[in-house]
Amino acid sequence: MAETLAADVAVVGGGPAGIAAAAVAAESGKRVLLLEEGTRPGGQIWRHRPGAAPPRARRWLERLARSGAVPLPDAAVFAVSGGFALFAETPSRPLVVAAKALVLATGARERFLPFPGWTLPNVIGIGGAQALLKSGADFAGRRVVIAGSGPLLLPVAASLAKAGARVALVAEQAPTASVFRFAAGLWRSPGLLADALAYRRAFAGTPYRFGTWAAEARGTDRVEEVVLTDGTRSWTEKCDFLCTGFGLVPATELARLLGCRLDGEAVAVDARQGTSVPGVYCAGEPAGIGGVEKALVEGQIAGCAAAGRAPGRRLLAAARRRMRYAAGIARAFAVRAELRALASPDTIVCRCEDVPLRALSGARSAREAKLHARAGMGPCQGRVCGPALRYLFGWESDTVRVPVSPVSIETLSAIGAAESHEEGR
Amino acid sequence: MTGADRVPIVVDGRPVEAEPGTTVAAALVNAGIAAFRTSVAGAPRGPLCAMGICHECRVTIDGAAHRRSCLVEVAPGMRVDTRG
Amino acid sequence: MNAVVADAIVVGAGIVGAACADALAADGMRVMVLDSAFAGGGTTAAGMGHLVAMDDSEPQLALTSWSNRLWQERSRTLPPACEMDPCGTLWIAEDEGQIPAVEEKRARYAGHGIAAEAVDAAGLAKLEPNLRPGLAGALRVPGDSVLYPPAAARALLESALGRGAELREGVEVRAIGPKEVETSEGAFRAPVVVNAAGARAAALTAGLPIVPRKGHLVITDRYPGFCRHQIVELGYLASAHTMTSESVAFNVQPRATGQLLIGSSRELAGWDAAVNPRIVSRMLDRAVAFLPGLAGLSAIRTWTGFRPATPDKLPLIGRWNGVDGLWVAAGHEGLGITTSLGTARLLADLVAGRSPGIDPRPFDPNRAAAAAVA
Repeated sequence: MAETLAADVAVVGGGPAGIAAAAVAAESGKRVLLLEEGTRPGGQIWRHRPGAAPPRARRWLERLARSGAVPLPDAAVFAVSGGFALFAETPSRPLVVAAKALVLATGARERFLPFPGWTLPNVIGIGGAQALLKSGADFAGRRVVIAGSGPLLLPVAASLAKAGARVALVAEQAPTASVFRFAAGLWRSPGLLADALAYRRAFAGTPYRFGTWAAEARGTDRVEEVVLTDGTRSWTEKCDFLCTGFGLVPATELARLLGCRLDGEAVAVDARQGTSVPGVYCAGEPAGIGGVEKALVEGQIAGCAAAGRAPGRRLLAAARRRMRYAAGIARAFAVRAELRALASPDTIVCRCEDVPLRALSGARSAREAKLHARAGMGPCQGRVCGPALRYLFGWESDTVRVPVSPVSIETLSAIGAAESHEEGR
Repeated sequence: MTGADRVPIVVDGRPVEAEPGTTVAAALVNAGIAAFRTSVAGAPRGPLCAMGICHECRVTIDGAAHRRSCLVEVAPGMRVDTRG
Repeated sequence: MNAVVADAIVVGAGIVGAACADALAADGMRVMVLDSAFAGGGTTAAGMGHLVAMDDSEPQLALTSWSNRLWQERSRTLPPACEMDPCGTLWIAEDEGQIPAVEEKRARYAGHGIAAEAVDAAGLAKLEPNLRPGLAGALRVPGDSVLYPPAAARALLESALGRGAELREGVEVRAIGPKEVETSEGAFRAPVVVNAAGARAAALTAGLPIVPRKGHLVITDRYPGFCRHQIVELGYLASAHTMTSESVAFNVQPRATGQLLIGSSRELAGWDAAVNPRIVSRMLDRAVAFLPGLAGLSAIRTWTGFRPATPDKLPLIGRWNGVDGLWVAAGHEGLGITTSLGTARLLADLVAGRSPGIDPRPFDPNRAAAAAVA
């Protein structure tokens, strides 16, 4: 029933890190398969419609094509077992990939924090807006307010402005001092500084405020206005769309399923992107949020290492610089304490199951909240409410289990096909 | 893109033209649709993450329920239902 | 130090412990309930919540049918979170060869006053249109129900607390002995100590013949109306009966949310909680064989749990080893939710010295030793 493929190196995730890892590993002569959930490689930051890849992405995609690595699009990995066997859902049959080494380049997702009205239609993620734009949504003429946190605000505001949206306000919750300190630190990366300035110019007509956040979204069946505040005064902005999001959270489900150790929210890796599980490498956002540059460098290192080659010194040095940059992001854009108090007792915390904040009183762990209030029992498997529960209450998420994302019963049954690939447990 | 390149789909029984290579979610946004589904408590909901994580963009596509519209590209004749 | 803290200490705030606490409190005892984590979070949270009359043996049928009657009485006061649904059970006969078994089962149930009717192939297709064509028939037991076990355990505890009981969660229990429980917070003493620690009971009181019997469940997204009864294959008892090797048996439950809970499996795997891919695969394939429409439904989650299993499939309810002050209410395998109420009543009767509501001898915790001597 399932289709079985074998590889020396299987790469999960076709974003910049995965593309780089797959290309480098294949250039070393290894048989490489690159599994990507979307219709074509690109991940999120390089998501594109056919023929419309950004220049940098195009160069790497061409290199991938030349390398001999085999991309497997429309393949969503939902299970993995030691040894290794990857199980993916595809539009046709389930896919089983047996590989000697794995590179997990599973990217990141946005951190959403609940506030009154955040579940109204047209309240979308900041990364969500970018994803919609890149998958063909037309924001021309729509009035947009962006209120959240992190480096993603700038490029998304720029993209929306270039697409003809009327960006009314960009609000960064981090205090002015933090953002300026971070920006000042960018002197080491003049390219990034130039990018930031270019982004800002793209929405030059729009106020860009710091120390400001959305306290409430209002509307009847969709968002119509948002209440903003700087902690002292509040005011209202009308909008067709409100973009919200507070940085990125590493996607570590497959790594955790394999037993890889975490360092905070990210997968712990050594200098060669090796995890605590021999044969499993991790590159890009899941090893620490740090953007495209870090993903490309780490992807190349992981590709080398997975192919049994020693990564070059320059690459390793670049990776160290990227990690410092990543740490700077985390410090500068830490979510301020006031945002913990935004949710009211009626504010929905778990969107899948419509669990309001008041239903969580009395719970002392994510697991208890799940069993007694249903938070995290829905199809997103706690990916949206989990970071919110961690932020609001300090709760760690419950154990990860197969399937790491919902699949059909028929597809799930394919995990039984692993037995022939395991070398013994 | 000329009109001839557009992809005809049906949304809640009404014909909608989408650009090729767009996702169903993007097509619905472009058609002015904000509510893609109803939450378990009956509230209107639309996409949040638009990358397959939040499951808020679920619609019924060609009779199959709980399909994440942000992950599916439009195809000619596709039937999309937001009233699930 | 080491002062007596209550009239009775119940270790384990799962469904059985909760029911025992409530029954003892109803008898006027001051009860303290201890749990290492939180109420209803152990095996109780992992199971299906099927309130079912089960006839693996006469005593089992007696205990489950008595318990079901108690659940019926209780249903009026259970909060909505318990999601109690009197959907009934359909025991499926796959082929004509199983039809005599349907009639035998019907007669056994009738002997205990449990209403059950044989349904033919056409009737079965009408009751559950999503079952595959060609099944021979079924036994329909309308008096069975389903509920959500963690909420039920909580409801029973709330009732106990309303009668003056005290609940201490997050207390690591290390040993349960006569009149004394050793914990991370010191020793707790009481004239009556009840080991209701389920799968962990034997680790806390040496010699209890209880071992963990692992099971898997899969739950789908919401598909209201896909099926209306708890549907179990007649072969389920064969799977539940064998203590060795691994087995799967078709068992599906519609939940109040419209989600489908798919089981069942049994294996002896120690305490390894990892999902076993081979078993999940077999279990799902078996389910799809009965309900072909399941194949395309979205599976959201898979988990495992440990049933507390005894050699003769019956729980241990009563005084342990003839020693004063140490009682057991554990070893319920896959019937803990159903038989929690009957267990609690029986235990309370024995503790109080009342004439028990059911013959206690099959559940005597010391019966293995007694049989060896006899």
